Amino acid sequence: MSEEERNILNRRTKMELTDQEKNRYSRHILLEKVGLEGQEKLKAAKVLVIGAGGLGCPVLQYLTAAGVGTIGIIDFDRVDASNLQRQILYTVADIGKNKAVSAKNRLTQNNPHVNFDVYPEKLTTKNALELFSRYDMVVDGTDNFSTRYLVNDACVISNKPLIYGAIYKFEGQVSVFNYEQGATYRCLFPEPPTAGSVPNCSDVGVIGVLPGIIGTQQANEVIKLILEIGNPLSGKLLTYDALNNAFLTLNINRSEEAVQKVLSNSKDFENMDYDFFCGITKNDKMSEISVAELKEWLSNSKNIQIIDVREDWEQPQIKELNAINIPLNAIPTNFDKIDRDKETVVFCQHGIRSLNCIEYLEQQGFNNLINLEGGIVNW
Amino acid sequence: MTLIIKYFGITADASGKEEEELSSHYSSIQELKDDLLIRYSDLEKMNFKIAANHTIITDDYDLIGNEEIALLPPFSGG
Repeated sequence: MSEEERNILNRRTKMELTDQEKNRYSRHILLEKVGLEGQEKLKAAKVLVIGAGGLGCPVLQYLTAAGVGTIGIIDFDRVDASNLQRQILYTVADIGKNKAVSAKNRLTQNNPHVNFDVYPEKLTTKNALELFSRYDMVVDGTDNFSTRYLVNDACVISNKPLIYGAIYKFEGQVSVFNYEQGATYRCLFPEPPTAGSVPNCSDVGVIGVLPGIIGTQQANEVIKLILEIGNPLSGKLLTYDALNNAFLTLNINRSEEAVQKVLSNSKDFENMDYDFFCGITKNDKMSEISVAELKEWLSNSKNIQIIDVREDWEQPQIKELNAINIPLNAIPTNFDKIDRDKETVVFCQHGIRSLNCIEYLEQQGFNNLINLEGGIVNW
Repeated sequence: MTLIIKYFGITADASGKEEEELSSHYSSIQELKDDLLIRYSDLEKMNFKIAANHTIITDDYDLIGNEEIALLPPFSGG
């Protein structure tokens, strides 16, 4: 390699810092394991963060503050008042605005030296591979299984390390997948769980600090990978229990079979249906209606009863529904409030709790139950 | 010989506990799993992985009888 070629290569993997940046990152530069060279690696790094929610917020905040040079943020969702309990990047003024856009605005105020690529859209099989190709590594901060499997498979196909985090109530999981031929998400969980069997934060709640702790762990793994220091959580699953302050590290073996399965389907990736793979398709036995259909039923004064299984303080409250409010956990003791002879529409915020409710009520001998698809947020 | 069983996520919801000790008379993970399904029927519809002594294992793993077992379901939240 000629001197000139070496210089070009160095420039690609390193970026010189201005005096202002050197001052800003001085506490990093002082660290022997980081130094000026490490800080330049951070500046040269390109990281894609999928989801700017509970996990995405702390990941983005720490990567921005650390001086990661290019950060991609993809999120189609909008800030909701119920997000502010844990997504502390956002303020009241952001409610209703796209998360990726709001995050960028806030993060730029923290560090104007970072380039942000904002994608206020859904991650799909159509855009994932092209998007991933622009970055060195991918951070998973999504909130559903179909996107998690999509992200894993796209990382395997495009050979990008995946920094994984996931949360449930008071517990979290962190890992680094697909790093230097290490284990992937499918080596741990080859198949998705039955749809609806693992509830989400919006259905069962989550303690606000938990995504802060898990997301910060993910940011730490990203920084370690960029700096090539320490031991990445590759081939390991870190679990955290906030109630007992318990961390546990478990070993995961790479499953060549699981990896090859993804690679052998790589040509068809763009046409894959991950919602179908994760069982998010209509149950033939269970009837569902859309918000539009329900509105039509109401305007035709159809003789139905409507049951709201959310807690009584959850928004939005739609007066014209004349819904009977029975929070999900109070259903077993309130059968007498439900008219068994009437056609009954059951709804909640996103359509998961109502599905569980219908399944339960059907076991108890109720029928004529209809789920409001996607929940009342679509009203 | 005593097995320590740790329950994570929804498996803790199903068993109603985070940890318990079971005296071992299981020759395989499958046997242990079958017994847990009898004890906690909600586990049946749940998808989870099992770790023995801090390593994720498969159903054909031979139990010695003094392992620390963990039931790990996937989490979707973010």
